[in-house]
Amino acid sequence: MGDPVVLIANWLDGLLVGWGLADGWVTLIKTILGGVGISIFVLVIDIFLVWLERKFVARFQDRLGPNRLGPFGLIQPIADVIKLLIKENITPAGADKYIYNLAPIIALATVISLWAVIPLSPTMFGTDVNVGVLYIVAIGGISTLGILMAGWSSNNKYALLGAFRTVAQLVSYEIPMVISLLVPVILAKSMGINTIVSEQSIWFIFLAPVAALIFLISSHAELGRAPFDLAEAESEIVAGFHIEYTGMKFGMFYAGELLHALTVGALFSSFFLGGWQGPGAEAFPILGIVYFFIKAFAMYWVVAWLKYSLPRIRIDQMLNFNWKFLTPLSLVVLLLTATLDRLLINTSTWIYAGSMFFTNILLLIVLFQIMKRSGRRERKRVAEPKPIARPDGVRSVPTP
Amino acid sequence: MTPLQILFILVAGVTLGAAFMVVTTRNMVHAALWLILGLFGIAVFFVLLDAGFLAVAQVIIYIGAISILMIFAIMLTRRIAQDVGSQISSGWGWAAGVSLLVFSGLAWMLSRWEGFHNQMPALDPGADPLIDLGKALVSPAGYVIPFEIASVLLVAALIGAIMVAWDKI
Repeated sequence: MGDPVVLIANWLDGLLVGWGLADGWVTLIKTILGGVGISIFVLVIDIFLVWLERKFVARFQDRLGPNRLGPFGLIQPIADVIKLLIKENITPAGADKYIYNLAPIIALATVISLWAVIPLSPTMFGTDVNVGVLYIVAIGGISTLGILMAGWSSNNKYALLGAFRTVAQLVSYEIPMVISLLVPVILAKSMGINTIVSEQSIWFIFLAPVAALIFLISSHAELGRAPFDLAEAESEIVAGFHIEYTGMKFGMFYAGELLHALTVGALFSSFFLGGWQGPGAEAFPILGIVYFFIKAFAMYWVVAWLKYSLPRIRIDQMLNFNWKFLTPLSLVVLLLTATLDRLLINTSTWIYAGSMFFTNILLLIVLFQIMKRSGRRERKRVAEPKPIARPDGVRSVPTP
Repeated sequence: MTPLQILFILVAGVTLGAAFMVVTTRNMVHAALWLILGLFGIAVFFVLLDAGFLAVAQVIIYIGAISILMIFAIMLTRRIAQDVGSQISSGWGWAAGVSLLVFSGLAWMLSRWEGFHNQMPALDPGADPLIDLGKALVSPAGYVIPFEIASVLLVAALIGAIMVAWDKI
């Protein structure tokens, strides 16, 4: 009891071996079925997410949200999907047809393939690769490609500009994300996500709060949601890379973005909030799924909260924030964590966790002082009178 | 035939086809995308060989970094992305002859190698090849000096990039 997936797998094993199939074929069939199963599971959650997202944004904007179709508007996503499906599919003139149609598939497929390494419970996971963290980074690289393909093949200037912006953003924010992910790797002594989750008798957010913060910010930027939604800044480039997409092709980008938001929540909860860990999760793996999704949806709510309460930042602010703040900070955190881990290797768990926690708090205090000073400097700079361009090309400050 | 062999043949076919399309397609962006498919095929080969780290590194470095850079470079020259000239140079006969010679030489050498007919040995389930690789890279008895020299090279490249972008000289 409590573990339907292993039960089904064992039953399938017996059935297929009974039919006289060789071991290799049984493994192959089980792998394919598992992949299809996880994808369908995730996509069904995705339909639900459309409703959840609309309810969230409504609450943040003091509205009710969808409430006409079914109880609490629960049938609304079905109506949304039907609307998307019956819309006309337009391919713009001069578009590169194959790439144009391939891009939304890649955008959604990369997000789904992230779920291959996320453990839902001690016994339920797609696969336990020993390079799980790197796998996530690699899939992020492919999703960049999907956006670039969409922007280029649409034969539209705004789409191409949006794609360039997105790629600049994704490629730069990948760096602090990878470095901050190395902190849980050091703490758990493994790159496999299963090991990272099962090592968290104390949640890593207490051992590495700064790394958790960096991961949250940089993965939020990877999502391309506000305040980092420069790629689809309506006031500047209309809708960015998906400007020419209609109907279900646009729907796939939309579904991919929503699912990516939940995936970021799931990754955050796996790396820093203990994943499926909770009372009784070892004995009843099904409880692990419940704990996991509670944490993942809580983090999804945080991501939505950030999106709907912060204004969009400028592109120079976006790049400065990454290269001059997040990247150096993540390097400092990595160095501190690695040094402390080596120094405290033989101490008890509580001393280890305590010193990790207090070092991080100390770092945060120093950080806030630096931020305060640079903020003051920046305000002073902005308040100064602007130099005026003169015909002779000499920059001069106007006299009051 | 085992499923692994069928997968290998399928992936090999896709990789070779993609590699062929890289050199025959006339659209530069399409060529870059076919190249990505080919590189992805190589990553799948690493997975089939149980070399997960190499597969992931292949995807990160070649698809995530180098290909994106190439596509960027091609897209900045959109007007000349279409090639109209002849795709075959006049000396193609010599090139084909040399390629055939090299290929048959390599194939002959490999067929005489004693490991050619061996089945893939199973990995020791207790050992983690990733940890072994990491230790080899930083142990004095291993590859610490080449590793550090490569790091110095990368630091030099980074400093060079900053110097190029520096406008306050």
